[in-house]
Amino acid sequence: MLRFLARRIALTIPVLLGVATLVFSLIHLIPGDPAQAMLGESASPQDVAELRARLGLDRPLLEQYGRFLRGAVSGDLGRSLRTNQPVTSAIIERMPATFELAAAAMFVAVAVAIPLGIAAAVWRGTAVDHGATTLSLLGISIPNFWLGPLLAIIFSIELGWLPVSGRGTWAHLVLPAVSLGAALAAILARMMRATLLEELREQYVVAARARGASRARAVVRHAFRNSLIPVITLIGLQFGAVLTGAVITETIFAWPGIGRLLIQSIGFRDYPLVQGCILLIAVTYVGMNLITDLLYGLVDPRIRYE
Amino acid sequence: MNRVGAAIVLIAVVAALFGPAIARFDPSAQELARRLDGPSAAHWFGLDELGRDIFSRVLAGARISLLVGIVVVSISSVVGTLLGSIAGYFGGTVDEAISRVIDILLAFPGLLLAIALVAVLGPSLTNVVFALSLIGWVGYARLVRGQVLRAREFEFVQAARALGAATPRILVKHIIPTALPAVTVQATLGMGGAILAEAALSFLGLGVQPPTASWGTMLNGGRTHLLDAPHLTIFPGLAIAFLVLGFNFLGDGLRDALDPVTRRSGG
Repeated sequence: MLRFLARRIALTIPVLLGVATLVFSLIHLIPGDPAQAMLGESASPQDVAELRARLGLDRPLLEQYGRFLRGAVSGDLGRSLRTNQPVTSAIIERMPATFELAAAAMFVAVAVAIPLGIAAAVWRGTAVDHGATTLSLLGISIPNFWLGPLLAIIFSIELGWLPVSGRGTWAHLVLPAVSLGAALAAILARMMRATLLEELREQYVVAARARGASRARAVVRHAFRNSLIPVITLIGLQFGAVLTGAVITETIFAWPGIGRLLIQSIGFRDYPLVQGCILLIAVTYVGMNLITDLLYGLVDPRIRYE
Repeated sequence: MNRVGAAIVLIAVVAALFGPAIARFDPSAQELARRLDGPSAAHWFGLDELGRDIFSRVLAGARISLLVGIVVVSISSVVGTLLGSIAGYFGGTVDEAISRVIDILLAFPGLLLAIALVAVLGPSLTNVVFALSLIGWVGYARLVRGQVLRAREFEFVQAARALGAATPRILVKHIIPTALPAVTVQATLGMGGAILAEAALSFLGLGVQPPTASWGTMLNGGRTHLLDAPHLTIFPGLAIAFLVLGFNFLGDGLRDALDPVTRRSGG
């Protein structure tokens, strides 16, 4: 297990380096002078030169790269151009809101998807299955930037049950979590159905039924447990999609998280903050994938010895 | 499923091709006095914040959505198939290099990299297509690489090699065709993904810029009128969901039809 752990972590290091390199390159992809682009066309040459010096853009590229990597490792990602606040602390301030939303969305997704997937597999080929499958395809097809406003129209404006935006109480969390979790619920339900169907065809389930286990017991006690492993893996791997989705959901519901900070920073051309947000989301995603892989290796020995 | 998906896609194609003939109004024509009017006999989907006919704009938006989908999927599938087959066939250092680039690009949640790229390059349709293609090829490359790794051991491929066929010929004539069914399914599902991604970027103000009619831009315009004119939000969103659902139906149906296991079991 230790060898598997060390090998998997070692494989992540070049990926993280690649991610950091790509995020560093972003600022150099800006057409023309990045400092001029950040300050706007009307900025004086002196201001532009000052910003260039402040961001280190007047240094050789390799030196800039080295500084960026050192900063990324030590948590110093520079300062926001607009507020002068350190990028790291601006992001840390917003992190709890984003993780709260992501966790709530994943909870909604799991709570909907597992029963839906089980029902579709158990009653395969019936109206229940067709209904669940269509619902899943709808969930994947409906964009969260439409579902969000639609839910707000129904539950906030028409019915007045839930607040339309902001963060504070549990009620504020419901609509953003449902709108963000819907697509994940659809993907998980499809996966749950497929893996449970596969397990139900296995010999041990047939044997359990032959020994007199009821259909419900064969599903719940035997097939369901084994079918959960790939589903749990998928939940981990979909965390990145949830984080990206949060960028849109936070914008719709004025949720004060990293996603909203990212979009606001793009609007203000606050590129150090843009880089910081992108880096944090990507590194979190890589970290989640690593944890998922390690957990998978822990529960399934075949993965460790591949 | 397949037929429903094909029918939906066909409707969208007709809307995109013959939109100007079907639409009763110019999608840019403004009737400011009647701005935000709800659906009526004259304006089936109502009027937007500048008094433009939403039905005509939804038809015009179909053209943008399908155009982005087709261009992104074409570039991504061709580049991905080419790089994936090169990586799978040659192995060694070439495979290592391509696989590492794939790993790094996969380390970014899909849309995030597109947001980052468009943020620095500037919002435009061209940059959206560029950003989505840059991310899109990775999925095809990974898929084709796996297929090629398997196919290069097939007897007919080894026979072609033994007969002295040149590498490009072996790749194009013998190996890549074995991966084409899987690529076709991925491309069909990818159309839906590209359309959603373009709409998401435009919704965030990073894609197609006003006054060009795009479904994402229209949804963005509707955000400030949720209270007084929800029809601004409802119709463009329905159009996106409808078309993406069509491609998902079609992709799922194709996958089932091309996969012998699901075809046999009916699941």
